[in-house]
Amino acid sequence: MYRDLKWKIPLILVVILGSVLLAYPLKEKISLGLDLQGGMHLLLEVKVEKAVEASLERLADDIKRDIFDDDLELDRIKASYEDRQVNVRMVDTLDLPPVKKILDDGYPFFSLAREDSDGLGLVYQLSADHVEQIEQNAVSQGLETIRNRVDQFGVSEPTIQVQGERRILVQLPGIKDPERAINLIGKTARLEFKLLDEEHSLEQALSGNVPEDSEILYQRVVDKETGAVTKEPLLIRKRTVLTGETLTGAEVRFDSDFNEPYVSLTFNSVGAMIFQQVTRENIKKRLAIVLDGNVYSAPVIQDEIPGGRAQITGRFNSAEARDLAIVLRAGALPAPVVILENRTVGPSLGKDSIEKGFTSIIYGSLLVVVFIIFYYKWSGVIAVTALFLNIVILAGALAYFGAALTLPGIAGIILTVGMAIDANVLVFERIREEVRIGKTVRAAIDAGFSKAFRTIVDANITTFIAAVVLFQFGTGPIKGFAITLCIGIAASMFTAVFVSRAIFDATMSQRKLDKLSI
Amino acid sequence: MKIISSETNIDFMGKIKMTMTISGLVILIGLGSIALSGGLKYGIDFAGGTLIQLQFKTPPDIEVIRDGLKTIALGESTIQEFGSKRDILIRIQRSEEKLEAVGSKVRNSLGGKFNKEDITVERVEMVGPKVGRDLREKAILSILYAVIGIVIYISWRFELQYAIAAIIALAHDVLVTLGAFSILDKEFTLVIVAAFLAIIGYSLNDTIVVFDRIRENIRRRGKNTLVQTINASINQTLSRTILTSGTTLMVVMALFFFGGEIIHDFSFALLVGILVGTYSSIFIASVFLVYWDSRR
Repeated sequence: MYRDLKWKIPLILVVILGSVLLAYPLKEKISLGLDLQGGMHLLLEVKVEKAVEASLERLADDIKRDIFDDDLELDRIKASYEDRQVNVRMVDTLDLPPVKKILDDGYPFFSLAREDSDGLGLVYQLSADHVEQIEQNAVSQGLETIRNRVDQFGVSEPTIQVQGERRILVQLPGIKDPERAINLIGKTARLEFKLLDEEHSLEQALSGNVPEDSEILYQRVVDKETGAVTKEPLLIRKRTVLTGETLTGAEVRFDSDFNEPYVSLTFNSVGAMIFQQVTRENIKKRLAIVLDGNVYSAPVIQDEIPGGRAQITGRFNSAEARDLAIVLRAGALPAPVVILENRTVGPSLGKDSIEKGFTSIIYGSLLVVVFIIFYYKWSGVIAVTALFLNIVILAGALAYFGAALTLPGIAGIILTVGMAIDANVLVFERIREEVRIGKTVRAAIDAGFSKAFRTIVDANITTFIAAVVLFQFGTGPIKGFAITLCIGIAASMFTAVFVSRAIFDATMSQRKLDKLSI
Repeated sequence: MKIISSETNIDFMGKIKMTMTISGLVILIGLGSIALSGGLKYGIDFAGGTLIQLQFKTPPDIEVIRDGLKTIALGESTIQEFGSKRDILIRIQRSEEKLEAVGSKVRNSLGGKFNKEDITVERVEMVGPKVGRDLREKAILSILYAVIGIVIYISWRFELQYAIAAIIALAHDVLVTLGAFSILDKEFTLVIVAAFLAIIGYSLNDTIVVFDRIRENIRRRGKNTLVQTINASINQTLSRTILTSGTTLMVVMALFFFGGEIIHDFSFALLVGILVGTYSSIFIASVFLVYWDSRR
């Protein structure tokens, strides 16, 4: 009569055991979302157009050099960012064909857009494919750089991934110092060495008369006594003599006299050669070390510096020096980033949320358990057993899918507790109806389960559809809510229908009941 | 033990006029409130902006905080207590793309008025306008897709008219809850959208149980009219409806009272949604089945 119990009971035991194994110990197996353990969620946008501009500028420079190398007389060359074009103007019309040849042979991603009517100018267009490639590279390299920086910063289990076309998602669980993290991740860290323009007067430049090849940049100066910060303007040549791309290392060192931190830089052989040449040719002149447009220091070159070593001093504390070394080692971002979304939760608030979440789960469940047992007596106990199993399976499934538990996720569990009991209520009410019309206990249980089954499926599938859509479209914590709801619904179909039926059958097979406690 | 006697036979369909009027009025008041306040009050998830939660060692004076914030020119901001007198929530309309930690900036600005060590930055949420727009679109789409999916499923399992009646009941529940949000001046955030989707699921769940019974009873209705059959079905499922709503409400109440401030509005939405969902599955949904039948 109850032969199918022979496979039902082992199956149930396997599912329970499996869930327990998956979820035990809870603390290790179920990861907490950022809202519960504290942490930082950053959505960054890579300003890819800046990468395109920089690359256009670099290409214009290369073309200029090629034209000089061929002994042709260039009037001027100019990159136009908006149209992604390079305008070349020559002095002599005869020079145009060789320039065309230089571009056609060496720069295949440029195409001739038009020629000036006077026969002296050429306009070249950067191809859309190449622009797209630069943009993609900017994002993928940016991702790589940020990953390097985060790795060196030391965060356990960070998530760093590209979202959409030009967005980067960074999740740092358990981070203690969000300010430092933002600085570290978001700093472009473009390091440039530039000579000061000492031929022109700074005063004149400040009054608006800036020489064409120079610009005014500022150096942050901190007064040691008062701590007051002032910005000192410097007139600096636009031409970059050396960039951070040639760096092989950056480390924090301490000054032996004042015990002040500084960052020591090591260049690769190309960088070392350039650095030696620049210092040899510019003795007694000042060389500015510029990071992201801010001058860190502008020391006077005392002597030729061989060996490819330099240092950045700039009156920072040791944490700042350490972070600077990290970003320099990890390399510059190919394009600047901006923050689109920032959600940071402190660890104490997270802890508070967990406590409150679990308090409500316990109180809520207790209420339901007491009520159901009071209302359905022995059958209520079966329903509560099924409910308990439901939570065990839910925990196992969460661990299996590696889904993080979030505060809305806890709400999802609570909602599941409320709704899982629904399937049992449907069955029990049906059984009561069948008993009322005079069926035997066994027949009533049979009819109750089979008639309620269809209702349970229909009702649960509709909720399931809503939960799946939520999972597809939701972000972050919402996903946690959707996934607990999905699993909860699926598990409740199993526990409330299959498991509680098996318990009923098992009881019935032990002794014959005349009256059902329901 | 029984809450509802098995002999219960309430003439639900006879009360259509009253319940429709009540529902209509409640929805109108809600929509009126939304219209008067110029649409729903979007939280920073959808409108963009910044939200900073600070905890002070001792309850601070909000006016002093306001003065302190003036020094950093954050634009329009609101400052309010959040759950306790020591927890302060600051909302700023502007969102900053610049790379800086707003939380510490705010904390520093208060340094002159309070002891900085006594202030902890508990939470910072900054959503830029672009992301806000994206999230808004996503939220609308997700509700739309959920509704479409459900209509397809119900039409397949039942008939189209059941699906439409279920959707009307669902729209009723969502509208009433939206109205309650607007009247109480609560913010509409991403988490609230999740609550609404849960309400949608719950409302349908409830409605479907009744419809399922109607479908079953229609097959053997004999000489009974459709109205009688529907009435009988609602009565037969009444104790289940009350019981399930009851147990679900128990847990949602626990969440509402013990779940903490962050999830308060979420549980409020669920609370209202479940109450209204129960009401609508009894009084509203089936009405439209009769309506279609009488037109045939």
